[in-house]
This record gives sequence, C-alpha cells and structure tokens, in this order.
Amino acid sequence: MKLREPILELIRKTSTDLSEDAENAIIRARDKEQNQSTAQNVLNTILENIKLAREKSTPICQDTGALLFYIDYPVNGAEAEYRDAINWAAEKATQLQYLRPNAVNPITGKNSGNNIGLNAPYIHFNQWGKNSTRIRLMLKGGGSENVGTQYKLPNTALKAGRDLGGVRKVAIDAVLKAQGQGCAPGIIGVGIGGDRMTSYALSKEQFFRNLDQKNPDIELQKLEKTLYTDLNKLGIGPMGLGGATTTLGVYIGWQHRHPATYYVSISYMCWAYRKKTLTLQNGEVLYD
Amino acid sequence: MIKLKTPISEKEIRKLKVGDEVLLSGIIVTARDQAHKLMVEEKPDFIRDYLDGSIIYHCGPVVKKEGNGNWAFVAAGPTTSSREEPYQSDVIAEYNVRGVVGKGGMGDKTAEGLKNHGAVYFHAIGGAGTLIAERVTKVIDVFKLEEFGTPEAFWIIDVKDFPVVVTMDSNGGSLHKKILETSSEIAKNII
Repeated sequence: MKLREPILELIRKTSTDLSEDAENAIIRARDKEQNQSTAQNVLNTILENIKLAREKSTPICQDTGALLFYIDYPVNGAEAEYRDAINWAAEKATQLQYLRPNAVNPITGKNSGNNIGLNAPYIHFNQWGKNSTRIRLMLKGGGSENVGTQYKLPNTALKAGRDLGGVRKVAIDAVLKAQGQGCAPGIIGVGIGGDRMTSYALSKEQFFRNLDQKNPDIELQKLEKTLYTDLNKLGIGPMGLGGATTTLGVYIGWQHRHPATYYVSISYMCWAYRKKTLTLQNGEVLYD
Repeated sequence: MIKLKTPISEKEIRKLKVGDEVLLSGIIVTARDQAHKLMVEEKPDFIRDYLDGSIIYHCGPVVKKEGNGNWAFVAAGPTTSSREEPYQSDVIAEYNVRGVVGKGGMGDKTAEGLKNHGAVYFHAIGGAGTLIAERVTKVIDVFKLEEFGTPEAFWIIDVKDFPVVVTMDSNGGSLHKKILETSSEIAKNII
C-alpha cells in the first residue's frame, strides 16, 4: 500500500487548510461580536490569516504542534509500515515548511530538527474489522496544551461533586484559568472517568468530532450546550482581550471509572483547530 | 491607528495606552525561552545594538532558506509570553528594550518593569502565522540557530506594519488584569 505521499498530503492539509466547521464557527463568532470592537478586529484578522494560509499553502500557525496520529487499520496491516511512512512524511513536511521542527530532547535541550524523536510523532494504533485504513491527524499546539488540566472529584474549593454538575463547575474553572493563553476562542474537550492517563486521552479524542455535530448522548448534549453558553458569558473573548466569544464548542465523552476515582480532564484546542482524516480503501485516497 | 518605527524613544512609548492599536515597523528581535534565560544569565553583547530602543518578539517562526542563501519567514505568530515572566523585566532593563510583543499578557513583575523603564507590552494575534510572516520584509541575521534550534534562535527581522494592540502600558494599566478580574467575578456567580 502506498502510504508516504498520502500522509505527507494529510500533514500539509492539516497544517495549512483549516476545516470548514471551524472556519464557519469563527465566521459566526465574528458576526456576533460588536462592530469595530477589538474582538471583531481580532476575528477578522484570524479569518484573513486562514484564507492566506490556504492560498499560499503555508502553516496557519507557526506552532504546527505536536503530531498526534490515530490509525485504524485492517487485520493484515503492519504497524511498522505506518510508522515508517509517518516518519518519512514528517521529515519531508518539515523540509517543505508545512511543519516547524517541534521535537526537543528534554535532557539535552536539542531540537531533532525533523519532528522525529522518542514518541514523536505519537501514533495511536487500533486494529479494526474493516478492509480500509483510517488515519486521523491532530496538530496540537503547545500554548493550548499548557492550559489543559485534570481535576479529581469531589473538589472542595469549587464545591464540585461526583456528578455532571461537578463536571460543569470544573470545566468553567479550567477555562477561567486559561484566560486567553490557549489562543481563545478555543474548543473544549472534556473526558469523564477512566484513570489519569485514559482520562486525558479521552478529552483529546473529542477533538475529532465535527463542530456542527451534536453529542448522541442526550445528557451530555445538554451539558455541552449549557457549558457553551456559560463559558461565553465569561467575557474573556478572542485572545483574552474581551468579547462575547470565549469558546467555539464544547465536547464531552465518558468512560467507566474505578469506584474510588472520578477524574475530569479538560483539553484545550486553540481556534486553529487542526484535524483531518485520511481514508485509504481499494486504492482510493480520501481526505476529510 | 498609530504607526511606530524602531528605534522608539521613551517619550513615544510612554504616550501609549491600553487599547491603542499600533502598526509596528523597523528592526525587531525574536526571543523566547532559551534566549531569555541566556540574556539574564550571560548578558551577551551580540544582541545589544539590535535591542537598544527596539522590541522583543516572543515568537518561534517557521523559516525557509531561499535559493540565494537568505532566510525568509513562512509563519510567525506570537507564542505565550508568561513563560518569560521570570526574565522579562531584567532583560528590558539590561538591554534598554522599549516593548515586548507576544500573546496572553504578562505578570506583575513585568508590569513593574514596564513602568520603571518606560516600555509597553503589545499583544499580537495568536495563530495568525501566515499573515504576520507577510509583514516580515527581511531577515537581517540569526544568532544561536545551531545551538537553540529554529524556534528558539534570535532572529533579527525587519517588519512593516505589524498589527498589535497595547494591552499593558507604562503607567501600570493592564487589560489582562482587568479581564481576569471581571471574568473571575462572572465565574463565581455561574459556578
């Protein structure tokens, strides 16, 4: 199977061509902000930048993020083959300036120069029962990653108990603490349950949802809507400079937890919401 | 819209107020985590003339080397400034810096430094990588590229009409502080 070129194109598209759902959400936010306000000026510049990046095929944001791949592959697939193709594509994409070199050795301080290193790019593998391969890529910027956080319920200070009411409270607290630092207006991924590691993982996987897509779980759909309204009341606004748009969307997922633990993880995605999917089936290559 | 060109005098900088939208031109210097640490710990002289009366930009760009061997900026939005909080005030004093461009704002120590030395904090638009790179007309030089890597190197750049907003001025005003206070109050009510 030919993998290298399609994965390189997946990286290029993800870094330079913002998905339609994200761009539309920013347009709606721009129209909602007060005319000529700083918030509206900021969103207009952001929209201009999105357009320019697409036309010039250059990165939307200079922080092209950590490369997080999620691969669903057929029974006869080999993980090494995907890893090899991803490393090739990451190096090539760095040479072509679709990516900034973002893999730093924490011991020596040395940047590897090609985005390849230990667990970089990170690949989540999942073998599934289909004949096709699905490769999803998220480019996760460092500024937004730094404001992600995890809560252990109950939380006395916030009076947050082990229920959805408690989840709502800690999510508001996380976005308040983030202010504009994660490049607001952000998308908020919430993971309920699991252990410390899977809780964060779940919060991040939420970002593969489409912004226009409702949560199939009615309870969570309600909470997402409430949080969306609550968070946009905070007045933090685009870039934290004030305004009506603090978040573009809230996604919540859950998984079973240990009886003694109740983790809520909050992942923050900047407005440069970079995620794309590549599907390979019967020699056909599709991007979404 | 106010237009400013580096080098900027203390008098000009002290006139700026929170909320002013500014177009910056002239030679400025990118510096982030490793560069700030170096400037405080070793006070290197190679950057002194470029910083005198000029501006530090918190940015780790995507760059390309052109056929003629010159560098060009491909994407160059701001990075989070709060990481430089331990160093910024000392760097401003040591190198006579008149302004800092970044995102997210900075803390009390920097606010105090801005007031004492006559400098401001400009907010650029986070994530506007391609748009801001278009305002970088020339890469003049680069220092510490090999040692620090592309994002962390000191890039000396010439900019034309780089759009920024003053969010911390030299009189102690801070939009970030204000937004934090009002949003905390709202959060208290809805939590």
